[in-house]
Amino acid sequence: MTFDTSTIFSVFFYAFAGLLVISALRVITARNPVHAALFLVLAFFCASGLWMLLKAEFLSLALILVYVGAVMVLFLFVVMMLDLDLEHLRRDFKKYLPVAFLMGAVIVLELSIVLIRSFIGTSSPVQPMLEESTMSNTKALGMLIFVDYVYAFEVAGVILLVAIIAAVALTLRNRKDAKAQNVAEQINVKAADRMRIVKMDTDMAAKQDARGEKQ
Amino acid sequence: MTVTLAHYLVLSAILFATSVIGIFLNRKNVIVLLMAIELMLLSVNLNFVAFSHYLGDMAGQVFVFFILTVAAAEAAIGLAILVVLFRKVDTINAEDLDHLKG
Repeated sequence: MTFDTSTIFSVFFYAFAGLLVISALRVITARNPVHAALFLVLAFFCASGLWMLLKAEFLSLALILVYVGAVMVLFLFVVMMLDLDLEHLRRDFKKYLPVAFLMGAVIVLELSIVLIRSFIGTSSPVQPMLEESTMSNTKALGMLIFVDYVYAFEVAGVILLVAIIAAVALTLRNRKDAKAQNVAEQINVKAADRMRIVKMDTDMAAKQDARGEKQ
Repeated sequence: MTVTLAHYLVLSAILFATSVIGIFLNRKNVIVLLMAIELMLLSVNLNFVAFSHYLGDMAGQVFVFFILTVAAAEAAIGLAILVVLFRKVDTINAEDLDHLKG
């Protein structure tokens, strides 16, 4: 029994696609937000597999590193830090179920009618990727980002910097009850603030000593 | 049985519709709303990568790279706002957040 490449490709496609849709459905219906976050991780893994099938290796690995490694861990931290009243949050869940699924079905129907009519014939790339013929996907992406899109790349760096500063500034709080060092005050202190040097005569000191012995 | 561009686009449409349904169902839970937005961004990225592969143009993948960057920044700031909100009003129910009386 032999398999040609396109059969293997479509088997992998349907496996990843089915798992992706199921995990996306579990994300939006899970009772516990922790479960929702974990199913979102599974969804990202499936999407990364699909991108691998589309020969976007660098982005597929970046998706796992950035999303599963950083963003979803952040989500899990926040979900576990907050003490949520789950029953209250899910009270109207059933009420909106029919209208929501109707809406979703309409969106899928409309989009698929248009997309299938237009793109069902595109079964293989219409033109070979110019960069891919001579170098790897990662190198081709790097050549584009650092040559053609270098300005946008710098702007992306600035956006990340703004995000760091905003997140820190939002969540930083000065607690009144905590004891902390004031480093600036410690550095700026002068000897005169801490210690007083008193000049006195030597015989005066001797008199004081003698008086002390009498008593 | 070959996988065409339409397969990927319909899959991404299903994913997008799923996250719209998620926004309908979890109107009160801000955390799950943020997760639904992440799913939406994922479906958009899937579109970009599929078009990039089938049209033989690398620029689509560069776009996905930048969308990933912005989405990470958005998630970080969104969750920071959520933490500050929970500290102030002790809830993440979107219906209780009516202080601006809009």
